Amino acid sequence: MSGGFLRRMLPSPDPARPAGVSVNPLLPGAGAKVAAAVTVAGVVICPLVLDDPFWITVLGNAGTFAVAALGLSLLTGFCGQVSLGHAAFLTVGGYLVAYFGAGLGWPLPAWLALAAATGAAIGALVGPFALRFKGNYLVVVTLALIFVVTHVTRNWEGFTGGFDGISTNKAPLALGGLDFGDMSAFGQRLDRQQGLFYLSWILVGISALVVRNLVRSRPGRAMQAIRDRDLAAEVIGVSNARYKIAAFAISSALASMAGAVYAVGLRFITPNEPLAELFLSIRFVAIIIVGGMGTVYGAVVGALLLGPLPELVKEFVSYLDVTIPGLGRPLVSDTVAAEPLFSTSAFSEALFGLLLVLALLFQPQGIAGVVRSVRMRIAGRAPR
Amino acid sequence: MDKFLQLLLSGVALGGIYALVALGFVVIYKSSGAFNFAQGGFVTLGVYMVYQFGTDWGLPFWLALILVMIAMAAVGMFLERLVIRPMVGKPTFTVVLITLGLLLIIEQVVRSVWTTPGLVLSVPWGNGRSQLGDVTLRHADLWTMVSVAVLLAAFFGFFRYSRTGLGMRATALDQEAAAAQGISVGRSFAVSWAVAAAVAVVAGVMLVSRGGGALSPAIGFVALAAFPAMILGGLDSAGGAVVGGVLIGLAEIMSQGYLDVSWLGSNVEVVVPYVLMVLVLLWRPEGLLGTRRVERV
Repeated sequence: MSGGFLRRMLPSPDPARPAGVSVNPLLPGAGAKVAAAVTVAGVVICPLVLDDPFWITVLGNAGTFAVAALGLSLLTGFCGQVSLGHAAFLTVGGYLVAYFGAGLGWPLPAWLALAAATGAAIGALVGPFALRFKGNYLVVVTLALIFVVTHVTRNWEGFTGGFDGISTNKAPLALGGLDFGDMSAFGQRLDRQQGLFYLSWILVGISALVVRNLVRSRPGRAMQAIRDRDLAAEVIGVSNARYKIAAFAISSALASMAGAVYAVGLRFITPNEPLAELFLSIRFVAIIIVGGMGTVYGAVVGALLLGPLPELVKEFVSYLDVTIPGLGRPLVSDTVAAEPLFSTSAFSEALFGLLLVLALLFQPQGIAGVVRSVRMRIAGRAPR
Repeated sequence: MDKFLQLLLSGVALGGIYALVALGFVVIYKSSGAFNFAQGGFVTLGVYMVYQFGTDWGLPFWLALILVMIAMAAVGMFLERLVIRPMVGKPTFTVVLITLGLLLIIEQVVRSVWTTPGLVLSVPWGNGRSQLGDVTLRHADLWTMVSVAVLLAAFFGFFRYSRTGLGMRATALDQEAAAAQGISVGRSFAVSWAVAAAVAVVAGVMLVSRGGGALSPAIGFVALAAFPAMILGGLDSAGGAVVGGVLIGLAEIMSQGYLDVSWLGSNVEVVVPYVLMVLVLLWRPEGLLGTRRVERV
């Protein structure tokens, strides 16, 4: 694989910024500062004003998806290593919280740290493979992760509950005096889903800060050099081994933490649904591409838009339950007897496929690319 | 010993199926340098169409097979024109992701068209089997091996002697250089997708007849097990795909037959192809018969 194979999907350098001068602030420009402030305010207010448990769950899950997507964004968007094994790490985190959190009663910081550490360790083991296999090869080699993890979750019954699955419902959610499972804020009592919403979005904030700071520091620039041309990077003294392994470890740690919180929200996990599936991995790839590769906020925006898609399709299936003229079958329906063209899960799967293809064909830089060209137009420069 | 011979035969036959799927991968890789994740979708769609033409509408099986191969070749060319051609000259990784998207779509389209569960494909050789001493030879396995042999010979001739085949190899090496030599890059892509989709029909029919004819939209899953076969053999080698396929098939069947170690869990054979692939790749990253690339720092 020759270097720069993600080239077309990455942001082009901003011509307004002089090269060689270190201008890469945490939040570049007033727009980013406002956006960050609005996001924080929105996250704080959201569970207080939204009393619909469906939306709280959906947005909370979008948060956990954003954490995992930030991990994949670091690995793929900034270090150029494509992985289809991302879902495997979510599974690892999910079963860890089930066994140690819900089963043995480990407190929140302990199971979260364990998930991160285990994810990082397994990711670091996968890293060396990325030294040997590049580009499209790596895509298939990381598929092996899905097969191995699914096999383990089905067979290691003492730990995972085998095919029957395992409950995550009793996992403690208290952090010091703050119990996410039984919170009260501004005089309101909040239920477990609202607490989980806060927990996942706090994790989004922390992960986004970590990734953003990482990519604008020396290790991050090293990773981007590897992404753009690994051979050249190695020649000028950037250790491929070190930074690829680091990228895999950090990305997997984030995925594993996200998987743990996601699993708590699901209350029960089994080896088939919905974790550990190739489809879940593809969803994360779609999320970072639609959001915009090579940007931090793109992963969060992508997760917000695409993460909850299957749940939204399921909830609003009645709007899609329209009979196709001439065929006499509804487009989507969750009743099999109606002979729908697509079941709800099938429809969201096909929708992900379609979005992925359309994004790659027409907007390979994703939403971040749209934002960039709008901003340039406002600033009076023609978009590239 | 009989058990071993029997397993050997089944392993080679299963490997033949993987080889058939992997040949589809190889032909696209050879022209565009990209993996086609949608190959599994082609396999599923192809075999359902054979069911529709042959079993349901009652056309003679061989006529149905040939018609569907032509139809699938057209589908392959159409998809190539629609979503792959705009990617000519772009990084191959984007093509790989597009084929992933296609896989998701094709599988669901099959589910939405053939909603009846439990469809059964009828093939002329049915469930026939012959007894060779103590070893049972299933006719489905025999047909699989015959079609692998025929296709392998055809591929070999095509890529070595035909203008189109040589042009496709040149395209894979360097699109610009090939175009400068008067080779139509677009045509190479179109032909490779047509051939891959047509080969997928054969793979699907053999796979389904091996399982007694039962159809399921999930059979495209086999493509995921054929990936290791292709990579093991070497991405750009049709012979390698067959060698890799047979190795994976043997490993899978042998581990099913002999690897009854309780701590490894049940169905360990599902993981074996991938473990084998990773181990071989660590030793030879270009696969067993692939072209060696040298890169040093």
